[in-house]
Amino acid sequence: MNTIWPQLEPLLANVQKPARYIGCEDGSQQPDHRPDRAAWLLIYPDTYEIGLPNQGLQILYEILNERSDAVAERTYAPWVDLEASLRAHGLPLFSVDTHRPADAFDLLAFNLSAELVYTNLLNCIDLAGVPVRAAERGPNHPLIVAGGHCTYNPEPLADFLDLVVIGDGEEVVGEISEVVADWKRSGRTEGSRAQVLRELSKVSGVYVPSMYDVTYDGEHLVAVTPRYADVPERIEKRTVADLADWPYPKRQLVPLTEVVHDRLNVEVFRGCTRGCRFCQAGMITRPVRERPADQVRTMINEGIRRTGYDEVALTSLSTADFSGIEKVVADTVNDPTRTNQVSVSLPSLRVDAFTVGIAAELQRGRRSGLTFAPEAGTWRMRQVINKLIREEDLYGAVESAYSQGWRRMKLYFLTGLPTETDEDTLGITELARNCAEIGRTHNKSASVTVSVGGFVPKPFTPFQWFGQNTVAELQRKVNLLRDDARRSRGVQLKWHDPKATMVEGIVSRGDRRLGPVIEDVWRSGGTFQEWSEKFDYQLWVDSMERHGLSIDWYVYRHRHEDEMLPWEHLSAGLHKDFLWQDWRDALNEVGLEDCRWTPCYDCGACTGYGIEHIVASARPPAGGSQGTGQDLSRGSMVPVTLLTKPSTSSTPSPTAPPVTPLGAGV
Amino acid sequence: MRVRFRFAKLGKVRFTSHRDVARLWERALRRAELPVARTEGFSPRPKMHFGLALSTSHESLGEYLDVDFREPESASLDLAGLPGLLTPLLPEGLTVEAAAPIATSDTSLQQAVTICSWTIEALGLDVAAANEAVSALLARDEVMVTRQRKGHDVTDDIRPYILHLAVIGPIPGVLSPSGDHTIAPAGSLLEAELATQPRGLRPAELLAALEPPATEGRVRRTHQWITFDDARTEPLSVDAMSTMPAPARAS
Repeated sequence: MNTIWPQLEPLLANVQKPARYIGCEDGSQQPDHRPDRAAWLLIYPDTYEIGLPNQGLQILYEILNERSDAVAERTYAPWVDLEASLRAHGLPLFSVDTHRPADAFDLLAFNLSAELVYTNLLNCIDLAGVPVRAAERGPNHPLIVAGGHCTYNPEPLADFLDLVVIGDGEEVVGEISEVVADWKRSGRTEGSRAQVLRELSKVSGVYVPSMYDVTYDGEHLVAVTPRYADVPERIEKRTVADLADWPYPKRQLVPLTEVVHDRLNVEVFRGCTRGCRFCQAGMITRPVRERPADQVRTMINEGIRRTGYDEVALTSLSTADFSGIEKVVADTVNDPTRTNQVSVSLPSLRVDAFTVGIAAELQRGRRSGLTFAPEAGTWRMRQVINKLIREEDLYGAVESAYSQGWRRMKLYFLTGLPTETDEDTLGITELARNCAEIGRTHNKSASVTVSVGGFVPKPFTPFQWFGQNTVAELQRKVNLLRDDARRSRGVQLKWHDPKATMVEGIVSRGDRRLGPVIEDVWRSGGTFQEWSEKFDYQLWVDSMERHGLSIDWYVYRHRHEDEMLPWEHLSAGLHKDFLWQDWRDALNEVGLEDCRWTPCYDCGACTGYGIEHIVASARPPAGGSQGTGQDLSRGSMVPVTLLTKPSTSSTPSPTAPPVTPLGAGV
Repeated sequence: MRVRFRFAKLGKVRFTSHRDVARLWERALRRAELPVARTEGFSPRPKMHFGLALSTSHESLGEYLDVDFREPESASLDLAGLPGLLTPLLPEGLTVEAAAPIATSDTSLQQAVTICSWTIEALGLDVAAANEAVSALLARDEVMVTRQRKGHDVTDDIRPYILHLAVIGPIPGVLSPSGDHTIAPAGSLLEAELATQPRGLRPAELLAALEPPATEGRVRRTHQWITFDDARTEPLSVDAMSTMPAPARAS
């Protein structure tokens, strides 16, 4: 077997947390590599603790290993101590499953969920012994692939990636495997690399940056043109039509050492149409596709039995919106056949849908932390971002939680949103103060932790035209909040470094000219930039300057309606005029309803691909304003076309069959 | 009922920490749906009592864990079947060797164990050099060493901790894939018996005290011993069948 374990083993005794590099997890696989099987190395370019739980990577790991023409192993970015040791001894990046060298795989597939890991991607490619620039690779080098939410604007990484997958990955990884297995069987001869890339560019949802020429007029991008007639002008995202067909992961990995989100995760639905205008995930993952409640129950029961976890998280972008969520939670917590207690956690709770019922059920199991995300401090600001939570809904939810015995809660907010005034900013601490006060009526030591992130405009959102707040402006707002929080009993404030927010802004909406900047930062040692102790703001600023690129132009300026955006040759289905109208509506403080319970406003995500929402209940969840902008007090049925499961005949478009990014899941 | 488990930790899983192993056991016991007793309170934990911590990356043939089971369900536990039930639920390399009931009044593992036997790879010392270094060390009446304990430097005589030390053979080095340089140097394999109380002597500290000092390679704990009078016993011997009565007690 091709493994570097004998050489690696002596090095592991001298690195921090060596269990990150041994594999051996329950659920890990030792696939049989063969000359006719495309070998994928799935890479999460951050530490094992952060990457292991990633559901998207785990889903693809299983799907690929079930195929007869593919095998998949996993790896994560080695921490700096092991990296130095590997380099000192001439050892390459390796898979954690069989410790096979990375360059013995046909595809190195990265999951990109955050901008600050881009330099780690370059570092992993280099550590694999592969040239970081795509143009310098030969037939013996693996193909470098990326997927995940960040790849909706892959342009800053265009110089380094051979191919990019846009959208859900479940189906497209199979189609890519077929092409690559053929290439492998043919012996990967000289000159065949360009050929296989050309072939791959025809797979729906696959973008091959080297097949496109980019034209600028001065600083403005004016065209992205395919170099060949058979290469598509526009790359459409992939969407799996029905989550019921993809009950993955079936054997969730259970790590030997501590990781984040160390619990059973069951994805209850994908997509969200609440329409929060800052939220890229909610825009690019449409439509809503609920997993059937029975399948959710089966996945919970089998998962708990198999893993031994005592906590299950029901994941999605807004889990309280799942039809019949209360029943699923109740059934899980109260299952009489289980000898051990199981607690349920619901990440991404919308405060308005947080009913007393769910709180009571959750409390019966062990109590986990409670997090709410009002996102903005005033009603006006929440109208701008279309997160229409009324204060009384939040207070109702908070009252409910504290009265059931919780003592601490976390509130998430964004600052630096479009049209934000100081009054809006200070609304954050005011809300938190009021929540803490409610808490104190139940418990003297009640406290509220406020977590504030700087807003970064993302591609394919109505805010993609907005000029991000400067570092100085964000810092000023953080200072306002910090001073106000100090005066507020029971309120603790945490904030994201405004400088890191700026760097995220550079790559979030950047173009191909940023490639040399990212490469520079990496070459200067700038890895693990998402770790505050490793983040180096000056490296980025200096590198931008060295390459004659203006931070003001890329990050801070408002963009024009007629300006070509660097990701316009990619499509998330959303019509540009829909997004522009929603941007105008935002500035006018006009809300937009949730189309899962109201008539379609044709954003393009369903109509373009011939797919629809799959929602079990036509009725919005009870209680509060629900953020739908509707008067829900009547509680009447909202007219809406619903499919329990689309039949194959009613789901046309085999060309754009509806896809999990390489970074699927939540 | 309190049950003492003996298990081995060998191979890749040696890189997990003591805490990791505790969590792996907790999960395996849950998966086996065994009636483990739990602490009272807001966040109940299973009642498990571990012995002397084994350093991350060290292997062991004899690790111990005491688990309390609920009454009255514990009466129907199939003790003999426990090793076979739990081993498949633990990662490869963690192997349950034996299980037997003990009295809850027994001294805790951490206090009861006074000696550990080890095999230790001393890298950088060939057998001749190792023999010389070991003889020189054993010939000294006092070996004053400064080491870290709980964040503080302590200086004491480690000679009394060294109950036995011998060179048992050579071990090969590890070369890089290209074969042109050494990743881990060759050396010698030592066997040692080291006292655990009051402070304990770690294998790396022992190697550092040799003249010249050696680098630590693979380390394996082979036994833990409870001594009383002049006799020594293991907390649970491998051949102690699970159905056998509790072993003699030190207290």
